Amino acid sequence: MPTVSLTVNGKAASAEVENRTLLVQLLREKLGLTGTHVGCDTSQCGACVVHIDGDAVKSCTVLALQIEGANVTTIEGLATDGELHPMQEAFRDNHALQCGFCTPGMVMAAIDLVNKNPNPDERTVRRELEGNLCRCTGYHNIVKAIIAGGQVMGG
Amino acid sequence: MYDFTYHRASGVADAIGKVNAAAEGLFLAGGHTLLPTLKLRLARPSDLIDLQDIGDLRGISVSGDGVTVKAMTTHATVAGSKEARAAIPALANLAGGIGDPHVRARGTIGGSISNNDPAADYPAAVVGLGATVKTDKREIAGDDFFTGMFETALDDGELVTEVSFPRADRAAYYKFKNPASRFAIVGVFVARTGGGVRVAVTGAGPCVFRVGEMEEALAADFSSDAIKDIQIPEDGLNSDIHAQADYRAHLVNVCARRAVDAC
Repeated sequence: MPTVSLTVNGKAASAEVENRTLLVQLLREKLGLTGTHVGCDTSQCGACVVHIDGDAVKSCTVLALQIEGANVTTIEGLATDGELHPMQEAFRDNHALQCGFCTPGMVMAAIDLVNKNPNPDERTVRRELEGNLCRCTGYHNIVKAIIAGGQVMGG
Repeated sequence: MYDFTYHRASGVADAIGKVNAAAEGLFLAGGHTLLPTLKLRLARPSDLIDLQDIGDLRGISVSGDGVTVKAMTTHATVAGSKEARAAIPALANLAGGIGDPHVRARGTIGGSISNNDPAADYPAAVVGLGATVKTDKREIAGDDFFTGMFETALDDGELVTEVSFPRADRAAYYKFKNPASRFAIVGVFVARTGGGVRVAVTGAGPCVFRVGEMEEALAADFSSDAIKDIQIPEDGLNSDIHAQADYRAHLVNVCARRAVDAC
């Protein structure tokens, strides 16, 4: 089996994978990073969103071998020294999760959203969040959290 | 997903050599149509040839004639290009409405049109603007490129390298989209150029198609009122869990009028 080598959350990682192994399978099954979730497995729900070289992408729709040498960040890579990332903190403060299943993808998408649209307003957040579905329909607080987290990140 | 052998290509010639050497090889661009297709086991390639290292296949150039988008350019790049948006706003808007931000970060124009998903957005722009598709060996008129559901005029092992869109006097794309996937349940691209008016419909049928009756009416009077009574027949349109054929036929008229109003 081929070996894929990449950087995950700032650390070098490598694993043997099948040619057809998806990035999300590499993360969850080979590297034990189960914070990234598989929801729909059809590129729609966004539960599997991670960052590849700074862009939020759906890790269920990328082959592990496509990201040889890339820099991947997952939900596990956000907190530093036990302190939550400002977007994670904002999700907690705003009660922006109910069952929590969509949350890792929401947070990863939110950080990319704020990086590309600093201090976003509600309309921008709702538009840019179109690739992340919350089955609990808890969007109201998610949007509030992203606006609040964006303000902390921006400022 | 059935297993396959994965390769990286260093250039166009290398990619074509590798795909021709495979029993049943396919090119892999952004993977956002192909990988879902493989997961559903709708295709079973022996080999995938990844094009991501071919820098020659990325980029946008704008001239007085129009906008040329190289095959591996992502939807996010087209949507975010100020030059492309200034030249053909409808094209940038269409690219910015494909899927969602995460899909647009990976999906490419070459992959979209080569796979020719019946609900893809780009085919509507290629036909609606009368674009030209360039491959490693020839140029194909947009009208001749899409031949059926998931079928194109491409030969085996033929690689799309770029798509050239002519400027339009007025153009807009309006889609009624699936709320989860953002694929077009029906999408209509309307353009008025020096060559006349074009109305291209995606999502409604097995493959993108033009509506001649609307084009003639709009050539005489470019207003949504001019086409309000033109209903296309539901025969041959798609029926699935998202929409029945008669509803799609109805939506073609609605989307066409909204596109004209947005021009």
